[in-house]
Amino acid sequence: MSGAVDTSAAKLIEGPAVEPKPSAARRFFGAWLVRRVLKALLTVFIVTTGTFFLVRLLPGNPVETYIQTQIAQTGISYEAAAAQAQNLFSLDPDAPLISQYFTYMANLLQGDFGNSTLSPGTTVAEVIQTYLPWTLFSVGVATVFSFIIGIVAGMVMAYRRESWIDHLLSSLGALLHAIPNYILAILIVVFLGVKLQWFNLTEARGSYTPGVEPSFSLAFLNDIFYHATLPILAYALTTVGSWALVMKSSTVETLGEDYVTVARARGLSDSRIRSGYVGRNAVLPLFSQLAVSLGFVVGGSIFVERIFGYQGIGFSLFNAVNGRDYPVLQGIFLVVTISVVVANLLADVLYSRLDPRIRVSGQGKG
Amino acid sequence: MTEATIPVSAVGTTGVSRFAGIVSALRRSPAGFIGFLIVGLMVLITAIVPFFLPDVAPNVKEILLPAGSPGHLLGTDNEGKDVLIQMIGGGRTVIFVGFVAAAISTALAIVLGSLAAYLGGWVDSVVVTLADVFLTVPQIVLLAVLGAFFRLDSPLLLALLVGGLSWPVLTRAVRAQVFSLKEREFVEAARLLDLGTVRVVFVEILPNMASFILMNFMIGVTNAIYQLVGLYLLGLAPLSGANWGIMLNRAWIAGAIFNEASLAWILSPIVAIVLLLLGLVMMTRSLEEILNPRLRDR
Repeated sequence: MSGAVDTSAAKLIEGPAVEPKPSAARRFFGAWLVRRVLKALLTVFIVTTGTFFLVRLLPGNPVETYIQTQIAQTGISYEAAAAQAQNLFSLDPDAPLISQYFTYMANLLQGDFGNSTLSPGTTVAEVIQTYLPWTLFSVGVATVFSFIIGIVAGMVMAYRRESWIDHLLSSLGALLHAIPNYILAILIVVFLGVKLQWFNLTEARGSYTPGVEPSFSLAFLNDIFYHATLPILAYALTTVGSWALVMKSSTVETLGEDYVTVARARGLSDSRIRSGYVGRNAVLPLFSQLAVSLGFVVGGSIFVERIFGYQGIGFSLFNAVNGRDYPVLQGIFLVVTISVVVANLLADVLYSRLDPRIRVSGQGKG
Repeated sequence: MTEATIPVSAVGTTGVSRFAGIVSALRRSPAGFIGFLIVGLMVLITAIVPFFLPDVAPNVKEILLPAGSPGHLLGTDNEGKDVLIQMIGGGRTVIFVGFVAAAISTALAIVLGSLAAYLGGWVDSVVVTLADVFLTVPQIVLLAVLGAFFRLDSPLLLALLVGGLSWPVLTRAVRAQVFSLKEREFVEAARLLDLGTVRVVFVEILPNMASFILMNFMIGVTNAIYQLVGLYLLGLAPLSGANWGIMLNRAWIAGAIFNEASLAWILSPIVAIVLLLLGLVMMTRSLEEILNPRLRDR
């Protein structure tokens, strides 16, 4: 279910790629890459700055709230409470705003996100290190699966237009596309867990069996896949429909291009046209949507992980929201955003390797 | 990032006839028409029928009745409240917030996107940069974080927040469209007549994008409902009143999934939400087919 994927109707593909001379192309790519990296850095900078001022200026400033609560609960002096807050939030509430801002940014650059208020003695960086890898693992595996299955299904639908299989897959795709991931997660729990008993829900909670030592063994791999199966199923099923539908329209568009007609007229074999001409070009616009969908799925992890009890970043975000653990909230928000920025960057670079024309059109549009 | 390009046809027709065209086209596509019926009926039922139904009152003697119990077609919840009545009345906030949020984000996108394209220069740079930033930030995460800072008491505030965060996708698309439209002769003519920026953009250019904007409005409603119900399900939005999200939250917390008798309690809001979203998606998809003739003719 992602609106971003929906607005595809991408008509980027105008004809087969015409490669400029290699050296010029390389220089061009270099300039494009620099621009693209700068854009990613600017985004991270704006979000970080925005978060800082949001936390400082919102009603019920969490730093001030913390200080007042400490004074009320433990009776310590304002200075002592402020010192604690400085330690926890990595900022000194009495310093001028602008110098607080620089301290905050300098700390962040060193990986210091402050300390958790919910579990004292734990740094935010530790919380993120513990939970983020599990989300990246489950979301990543699910995205790869749904992308591949979606592309195959979309091509089948495009080639067999108006056949029963097109109608069946289209309806199925629209249905899956319409169901929110958390709703599907609940249905999976109800039917696969409680009714059919295929999964032991209590055993499958968490990201791996407690007490098992993480290692690169087959047994551990098996264990983490067992725990991640249900989240992966929920993510993959809710995204595969939109991939299939987008791939279908992209393939249909490509089929109408002149170079496909020319290839047919030249008497090239069907399989060659399908893989070399249509498939390759039809899949290109989808790569740019890969990153957008990744951001969407990572955001959706807060629902899915909560329902399955999978201990990833969404699960810890939920705990932080409930416990009003502001440093952790802030840290997770930043890290998730940075992950999405990096994913966007990687997808763009990958896309531009596959389709050199995007670098040309990317120039003017920034 | 790619800019979505949407074929613009029948340039120069008025907004009104474009809209009539959309409605008749929706009726030609069976899936679109069914979707239209589902959404229309659900809006009507959730808006009107609750006035004629008895209030749901807690009743300790009728706790967790299974579906099909006398007087309670879908059973009761853990406070003895009738599930069917809650299900019928529970769509109001969800649908209201969905539509208002989508209206807010669509309006923002139209204004920002068309002005960015039409004025160009620094306005364009600022809008594009802002859109890129908001596009990268995962909205659900931001909503959850903001939910911790603010108390999202009123549905209107929630709608404002959801709508205020989801304008970037459409803004980029509108911008791309206006870029291509502003080079057409009729816009050139309007500009030469010195009709003023506002008039040229909103009267001459925008009506040509009516169906495209309507399609994106429906996508916006779908997304807003997804986010809203999710926030309620996790208890991140205040749980006063009754709607599908709150029903889900309460049923989930109460462990309704493990109790055979209360399955109808947790499944009824699910069915309602999925039906509404499915209707919206069916409408959107058939509109997309109308907008993109290649999808239809080949």
